[in-house]
Amino acid sequence: MASQEILGRDAGSRVSLMNDPKIRGIFFQIVVVALLAAAIYWIVGNTVENLRRANIASGFSFLRGRAGFDISDSLIAYSSDSTYGRAIIVGLLNTIVVAVVGIITASILGFLIGIGRLSRNWLVRKISTVYVEVFRNIPPLLVIFFWYFGVLSVLPPPRDSYHLPFGSFLNGRGFYFPKAIWGEGSWLILVAFVLAIAMSWFVARKARQRQMATGQTFPILWTSIGLIVGLPLLAFIFSGFPLSFDFPKQSTFNLTGGFQVKPEFLALYLALSFYTAAFIGEIVRAGIMGVNKGQSEASFALGLRPAQTLRQVVVPQAMRIVIPPLTSQYLNLTKNSSLAIAIGYPDLVATGGTVLNQTGQAIEVVVIWMVVYLGLSLVTSAFMNWFNAKMALVER
Amino acid sequence: MKNSVKVILGAAALGLLASAASAATLDDVKKKGFVQCGVSTGLAGFSAPNDKGDWTGIDADFCRAVAAAVFGDGTKVKFTPLSAKERFTALQSGEIDVLSRNTTWTINRDTALGLNFVGVTYYDGQGFMINAKKLPGVNSALQLSGAAVCVQSGTTTELNLADYFKANKMEYNPVVFEKLEEVNAAYDAGRCDAYTTDQSGLYGIRLTLGAPDDHVVLPEIISKEPLGPAVRQGDDQWYHIVKWTYFALLSAEELGITQANVDEMKNSGSPEIKRVLGTEADTKIGTDLGVSNDWVVNVVKAVGNYGEMFEKNVGAGSPLKIARGINALWTKGGLQYAPPIR
Amino acid sequence: MQKHDLSYVRAELAAAEPAPAGVTGLGAWVRKNLFATPFDSALTLLGLLVVAFVIPPFINWAFISAQWTGTDRTFCSTIAQGGIQPDGWSGACWAFVNAKFSQFMFGRYPAEEHWRLILTVIMLVVLLVPMMIPRIPRKGLNAILLFGVFPIVAYILMSGGWFGLPHVETPLWGGLLVTLVLSFVGITVSLPLGIVLALGRRSKMPVVKMICVIFIEAVRGIPLVTVLFMASVMFPLFLPAGMTFDKLLRALIGVALFASAYMAEVVRGGLQAIPKGQYEGADSLGLSYWQKTGLIVLPQALKLVIPGIVNTFIGLFKDTSLVYIIGMFDLLGVVRLNFSDASWASPQTPISGLVFAGFVFWLFCFGMSRYSIYMERRLDTGHKR
Repeated sequence: MASQEILGRDAGSRVSLMNDPKIRGIFFQIVVVALLAAAIYWIVGNTVENLRRANIASGFSFLRGRAGFDISDSLIAYSSDSTYGRAIIVGLLNTIVVAVVGIITASILGFLIGIGRLSRNWLVRKISTVYVEVFRNIPPLLVIFFWYFGVLSVLPPPRDSYHLPFGSFLNGRGFYFPKAIWGEGSWLILVAFVLAIAMSWFVARKARQRQMATGQTFPILWTSIGLIVGLPLLAFIFSGFPLSFDFPKQSTFNLTGGFQVKPEFLALYLALSFYTAAFIGEIVRAGIMGVNKGQSEASFALGLRPAQTLRQVVVPQAMRIVIPPLTSQYLNLTKNSSLAIAIGYPDLVATGGTVLNQTGQAIEVVVIWMVVYLGLSLVTSAFMNWFNAKMALVER
Repeated sequence: MKNSVKVILGAAALGLLASAASAATLDDVKKKGFVQCGVSTGLAGFSAPNDKGDWTGIDADFCRAVAAAVFGDGTKVKFTPLSAKERFTALQSGEIDVLSRNTTWTINRDTALGLNFVGVTYYDGQGFMINAKKLPGVNSALQLSGAAVCVQSGTTTELNLADYFKANKMEYNPVVFEKLEEVNAAYDAGRCDAYTTDQSGLYGIRLTLGAPDDHVVLPEIISKEPLGPAVRQGDDQWYHIVKWTYFALLSAEELGITQANVDEMKNSGSPEIKRVLGTEADTKIGTDLGVSNDWVVNVVKAVGNYGEMFEKNVGAGSPLKIARGINALWTKGGLQYAPPIR
Repeated sequence: MQKHDLSYVRAELAAAEPAPAGVTGLGAWVRKNLFATPFDSALTLLGLLVVAFVIPPFINWAFISAQWTGTDRTFCSTIAQGGIQPDGWSGACWAFVNAKFSQFMFGRYPAEEHWRLILTVIMLVVLLVPMMIPRIPRKGLNAILLFGVFPIVAYILMSGGWFGLPHVETPLWGGLLVTLVLSFVGITVSLPLGIVLALGRRSKMPVVKMICVIFIEAVRGIPLVTVLFMASVMFPLFLPAGMTFDKLLRALIGVALFASAYMAEVVRGGLQAIPKGQYEGADSLGLSYWQKTGLIVLPQALKLVIPGIVNTFIGLFKDTSLVYIIGMFDLLGVVRLNFSDASWASPQTPISGLVFAGFVFWLFCFGMSRYSIYMERRLDTGHKR
């Protein structure tokens, strides 16, 4: 009896050692880590050996070398004497510019399309549907090519530019408009602008408190617009109109002066906006449809006008459904901006690629790419999460 | 040490597997049964696939010559089309055995990139092409201030362009593309005023434009562009084989050995020709190199001598019609000179 | 009360009045759907303007003025450009697409071997169609044939080198062929890999979970272009000297790994939607982890996320066009490459080629998205109640 018990316990403990999920889990994890470590060791070993054999220098010190090539679009001062590091920063800034402008345009367009798809107007509904079905189902790279070659083949050469109002020009080399040159005392305008924003924020807060207390509303929007436009305008007048314009002029080859938006940027920006807008439109539609119909009916019953209903009842609730997928669309747009390389807009991947090519530092450049894009993704997600949390708080 | 730590960190972030062992390039090549040769993605006259998908051009023919030297058969070669960006890593990593892709020989590429250039198969220089119809009156590169210039990214061309405009205190607007066909398309569509690349390339590209006669190549040459094949560092035997294949092509032309007469020439009385063609008694020239003694015969049979290769691909026998110029043999006032094969 | 007074109660129903003029008929429909309010009217006019601005010129360009036949660029350029068309002509150059059609489909794959590709496509269709129609039984066998046997047969057929078939190297492959190969392999590899990653991410083992989270988030944070660059430029450095593998294979690995991270997130959504009771029920029956996952959780989870999976497939299909950037010639790449063909260079060539490529991509993606909607409706019935 006793021996049987011992035997049973013995067998039981042996089985439990094999079958204990915890121990098995630990064993399995050790195996995974070991395999992964072996793979990394093998790859790193090969890489180091390959680099050593090929006599390639490694490390990030090449970033301090003279770049020697020029970049057409740059937000910061850059010439061929600048360093490789600076060239990569120029590319990064270009990526950020196209991503930010693209996100704003795509959001506006996307919201319009999304609302259009739910419109009572048959024609608007159909146009929105066709738009979404066309742009959602073709590759973004193709959309970019389309804009680029569309723009290039339709627009005239610089000599026969289209003259647009306000001294602007449009031709195959891009869109030119007068560049504002701020003179003496223009800092006042900036100060006035900042002041106006602070005041609007303050007014909005006060107005909300008053509404909470008394139920009376206050036209916050119009007051803010008045403040933000009016104050800088006043400052502008009082400081004696410190503004002049640099107009684009015809020269031998191109227009000189003014501000030039290059066709590469235009094509990339329009393509990304149009492409992403189709997805955002679908997200917005799903968001609005996700709000219970009773909500808007109740709102109407309370006597709110359709515009008010949309703004104060439907949209805040739809936002909560919309924000998470919207975030991933914003990230997609940022990542798709790397397609710039196909049409020669100097974004991070394009300038990084040139650096890679001039220096041969493949691993370092790819690491920079990955770190930067991961960083951009994290920043965007963090911002949208914050925004999401703020929207969620509206719920009482 | 610090550098290797960075490499490890960099590589550790990424990953994938497979396995094999390394050996000398010649043994590898013999084991594979073919020479893996890196060429361009398509540059007329140098390396471009024809309608049937066969690679043609002076660079492609050079690869065939190497294959002929190693195997006695010019067809035992496989071509890997490479972008400017991929070309050096492809060679460094052993993906290809020879890089024969209109690549400029510079000190940086010899030292920092771990390459060994074997010689100069084509002496080139960078030039400009403009649309004369759209820009009447422009006949010098010095008039290009303010122009938009199309250029391929990641090339020495891009660097020379920056230097040239800086040195002449001129402004320009670079329009940069990754691939040659993109630059061509953009230039043809009128995105830029001028196109810059090696002059040989300009002549080739001009032919592919919608209206070739509208375009002219400006006279200025703004850089030295010695184009040649390169191999990896650290394998002298393979380096010698590729280098002497190039010299063999030159020597053959110098001695008047052509694709047509190579078999007759084997019976020639000239000791020099006999030495080069390996018909000398007890010769060890070929075997010392690591190939068979009739290697020059095989090379010339496969692609002809250097002059024939030139005429067929870029010279009078081709649509490019480029004059020999400085690419003539030294005996005819050019720069092509081969050390003696003895 | 007099009896006849009751006669006001009607014994039969009054005949229905016709609907008031203005709520039926075309006019009413137009009023209700197009001109309900002044704002609506303005929108309608704006919409009509857009339609008028886009549709007639497009129809004119694509059909009426289009050049359907021809042998070289002269057919698609105006007299001023050295062609036969009248000045000011603007029409699609379908002759270009027509002449290059075989290249667009198969790349530089030798013409006398095209039957091998066509046979492969027929096999794919024969296996795929029954897979997609829910009514047809024997899905398991079908799946094994499609995802297990078919790839091997297709590889032997297309690549050759066996059974007397001449070997065709992958650099010769191109066009729609490469697009389809990349998407098919991407899809077949990324789904199982994505499932494994999603399970790993929800695993209770911290190390496994961490590895999966890092992989998924890192891949989702970077653009496919950089992944492809890595595949094309850096893979060779990771391998021992002298060992290389095919460029197409490298792109395939890049695309498949990339898609699997997105697939993992879709599958995770499905896993999270399964009620806890299902897991507990399986546990209480004494099922092992793999039994529980394979028999209880995954079938429900995957069914839930079929639309998401198909959407990832659509994304993958579109993303294959990026291999053009690393110098491979998929459909878009081949079209793009042919722009620089001197014998076809004309202002209309690029746009015609792009419209054609766009149409092909659209056809595939639209088909897939319709299928996804169909499946969504079909599967929805089980959950709506």
